[in-house]
Amino acid sequence: MTTFSQSNSEAHGEVQVGHVQQTTGILPGITAKVRARDVNVFYGAKQALFNVSLDVPDASVTAFIGPSGCGKSTFLRCINRMNDTIDSCKVTGNIQVDGRDVNDRAIDPVVLRASVGMVFQKPNPFPKTIFENVAYGPRIHGIANDKQGLERIVEQSLRKAGLWEEVKDRLHQPGTGLSGGQQQRLVIARAIAVNPEIILMDEPCSALDPIATAKIEELIDELRQNFCIIIVTHSMAQAARVSQRTAFFHMGKLVEAGPTEEIFTNPRDSRTQDYITGRFG
Amino acid sequence: MTEHTVRAFTEELEALGADLTRMGGYSEQALSDAVTAIARRDAGLARTVIDGDKKIDELQREIERKIMRLLALRQPLGRDLRQTVAALKLAGDLERIGDLAKNIAKRALTIQEFDPIALTRSVERMGKIAVTQLKQILDTFASHEVAGAVSVWMQDEELDEHYNSLFRELLTYMMEDPRMIGPGAHLLFVAKNIERIGDHCTNMAEVIYFLETGEDIGTDRPKAVDPVMPPLPPSPNQEPSS
Repeated sequence: MTTFSQSNSEAHGEVQVGHVQQTTGILPGITAKVRARDVNVFYGAKQALFNVSLDVPDASVTAFIGPSGCGKSTFLRCINRMNDTIDSCKVTGNIQVDGRDVNDRAIDPVVLRASVGMVFQKPNPFPKTIFENVAYGPRIHGIANDKQGLERIVEQSLRKAGLWEEVKDRLHQPGTGLSGGQQQRLVIARAIAVNPEIILMDEPCSALDPIATAKIEELIDELRQNFCIIIVTHSMAQAARVSQRTAFFHMGKLVEAGPTEEIFTNPRDSRTQDYITGRFG
Repeated sequence: MTEHTVRAFTEELEALGADLTRMGGYSEQALSDAVTAIARRDAGLARTVIDGDKKIDELQREIERKIMRLLALRQPLGRDLRQTVAALKLAGDLERIGDLAKNIAKRALTIQEFDPIALTRSVERMGKIAVTQLKQILDTFASHEVAGAVSVWMQDEELDEHYNSLFRELLTYMMEDPRMIGPGAHLLFVAKNIERIGDHCTNMAEVIYFLETGEDIGTDRPKAVDPVMPPLPPSPNQEPSS
């Protein structure tokens, strides 16, 4: 399988940014895993994102926070082109993953989405067995050559997602029969199975109880050794617990981004201050 | 600053601030009365200070209870978090200042049994500087003016210098007349207590600076050379091994 980041990556160099950036989202001197510059998103006539420029480092967790409708999910969905599925949606600006423009016509969104996996608010396992849920991706992307290879990938993915011990004796039962927290970990295993570079999580714990949430958070912390993780969350405490960097969005703009500890103890922008202290939203 | 969406949160933070202001008022009064009790040999005033310390301790416990509650129920962040942590530290410093004032008051009761010493006036002067510093730092807390915190932070040297010169004078008195050793030692402790109160004011200045700015105030504060405790010689561990 050709992974997204391997294919013709030399074709696209650095993108020139024409003006000085105002936001704090840019990290000078590091190679960002995700590099967004001047991203604007329109839903029909309505503009949902305004000139968002942000660097997301690899092997770390970045949290996007902000009130509902602030654009954090919209921005997240730009990274693996999930917005393509909405007809009226138009994206301008530049988003690079490993130095490659994700909106390049030559890019197959299906390959992109294997490389940039996504986990949603509500666990969405396929109506198939636990095994098939995880095996589906590697099979269609041709990652495994034979049955043993596939079984190995399924086991490894379930182990990485912290679910193996709980499901190893019932791999051929329906995935939908698992508890909510287990289903969410199954979906994460499914995303991991296709060797992604980046995992996007859109409120992955908002439908889970505190114990299942803690397990997912523990999992996120383990996964960050090997993946670049971006999590959208409404829980400030969760952002503080799991992320190393936090970006605050408000009314379609990136207001502030920085080390999580700084954002939650000493935010620079009064809007960030007001939001994290519960003064609006 | 605008209110929290949950109004009770704003009210709880405000109540915490009000308690702290009240505690600051009590501590300031205790210190000022203790210094007056020394200067005027006023046993009644000294007793008032000694009895009043309970009130300060009680307020500290009340503030700690409120902070625990706030942390558990509201999970403050940003400035609210700094304010909550600052309140905990400030209450600790104020409680110590109250204790030190009480100790000064106790010594005022003992000293009055002896003949008056001219040096009580130097102690009084030192006490007044400490009262002014405490007042200034409490005003800074109320007004949120960072400049006041920086000014108190820079002033501590003055008290240290006073203490050092008082130490030398008291030694001279005690050497000249052994009967002076009793009251002299007490006055020395009083001066040391006042000097410590100055240190607590410096602490509070650092805390308030952090509360208002989110930054540390720095490290390059001017320091008086202490004749009693000269700087330590370099540790042998720090020398490069051959």
